[in-house]
Amino acid sequence: MYILVELLQLSIYGIVLGSILTLGAIGVSMIFGILRFAHFAHGDLITVGAYTGLGFLMMTNAPFWFALPAGMAGAAIIAVLIDQTVYKRIRRRQPVILLISSFGIGLILRSFVQIIWGPHVFSFPGGIQRPWLVWELAIIPNHVWIFLAALIIVTLLHLFLTRTRVGKAMRAMSDNMDLALITGIPAERIIMITWLLGGALAAGAGVLLGLDSRLTPTMGWNILLPVFAAAIVGGIGRPYGAIAGGMLIGLAMEISTLFLEPSYKPAVAFLIMVAVLIARPHGIFKGAW
Amino acid sequence: MRLLEANNIHGGYGGADILHGASIRVDNDEIVVIVGANGAGKSTLMKAVFGLLHVREGEVLYQGKPITNTRPEQMVSRGIAYVPQEYNIFPSLTVQENLEMGAYALRGNIRPRLEKVFSVFPRLRERRRQEAGLMSGGERQMVAIGRALMIDPKLLMLDEPTAGLSPKLIDETFERIRGIRNLGIGVVMVEQNAKQALAIADRGYVLATGANRFEDTGANLLANREVAEMFLGG
Repeated sequence: MYILVELLQLSIYGIVLGSILTLGAIGVSMIFGILRFAHFAHGDLITVGAYTGLGFLMMTNAPFWFALPAGMAGAAIIAVLIDQTVYKRIRRRQPVILLISSFGIGLILRSFVQIIWGPHVFSFPGGIQRPWLVWELAIIPNHVWIFLAALIIVTLLHLFLTRTRVGKAMRAMSDNMDLALITGIPAERIIMITWLLGGALAAGAGVLLGLDSRLTPTMGWNILLPVFAAAIVGGIGRPYGAIAGGMLIGLAMEISTLFLEPSYKPAVAFLIMVAVLIARPHGIFKGAW
Repeated sequence: MRLLEANNIHGGYGGADILHGASIRVDNDEIVVIVGANGAGKSTLMKAVFGLLHVREGEVLYQGKPITNTRPEQMVSRGIAYVPQEYNIFPSLTVQENLEMGAYALRGNIRPRLEKVFSVFPRLRERRRQEAGLMSGGERQMVAIGRALMIDPKLLMLDEPTAGLSPKLIDETFERIRGIRNLGIGVVMVEQNAKQALAIADRGYVLATGANRFEDTGANLLANREVAEMFLGG
């Protein structure tokens, strides 16, 4: 009985972590699908998003939830600026050059965060919350909000990808870049929108992660590995797979603490990623998106 | 009216030239077929005309205006549509989404265009919500050609539209292509099924080592003994 309660309790944490990882992994997957490179600065984009949200609250004294749209807008713009100034120039090079460059961009972003906010730990306002007791389970209100916020963001993204002309063009480019060009889809404009969305989703992950714990300059870097694990498990280049991948990795990381020290959580993510790469190199799903 | 004219085209994929002075022309309301042995430069010529690879020498005229080395996006907005031989659909998109992408470069209501494509390929209307990648080879080819028709092209360029299709589907595809020509669209296509293609062609070109070898009406080329011996398998 006790173990069942414990398992359910950890599953709740897993879903919360999974929600956060999903938002990061969708961006990684979309960027890979369209630009064919692994964006290593994505973790630091998550951090930048969280701090941008925090900065907006500090400047305006707005209620907490404004951090989400503010951070998303900020990181979206920053992502586009990075692409236009750096990645665009090396777009036609080998993917590994883009990958290494993105690693450098990540370091730069992290350093900027430290320069502006210092190495201190910040928290979003709100303080310690009293959990709701549901049966034997303790549910922290913020966890419910994190899940709902991620759900809304993912739903909106789904509607965008399936109902709008630009969203469909993003899927088309990810499917077949050469044909997209022949068809007359304006590639550079779609790439820009991909970065806007990728940045916004990263910031969503960042603000929600900051709400769940605290803000540090390495918060995004620290979850980059699980984010990539989620994207890869779901089949990199497939945003819908990233949702399942995020949830799987999130649940596995939290439930593993039943048997393992919590500091092994990233190792669990890595282990699942390696296992999936060996058994099903294209991810756990069939099909393209 | 003269729709497309490519004169004395030289070019290739960056290394040595593959095309050594090939020329074609296409008028409104005609089907022009390019045949020739493997490696003769048929597909290369199509790509060069469409701006997918560099024309080093020679010129391409569309409705009398030079479009040599114009980028593909601009070709589309001028009314030239190209269907590659392979990878010519968006597999994870539905049939209708594939067609919508065809019209991406255009503004305005796409509904009438969609209806027009559905009237050419009624099968696509039935299957419009189907994921294109899950369809049969013949249906994929319909999606690919339908996608190209969405810009309401004046010129349709097809690279081996019947490759890999069953004999029945080959007949059907050629029948559809005739229907497209009858809509007033100029069609130029590269074909391996040379006899059948020449049979529906208004005019044809036989390419050899990157240059024109023969050019005549489809019927005359079919009747030409030299062409028959060299390229049509006797």
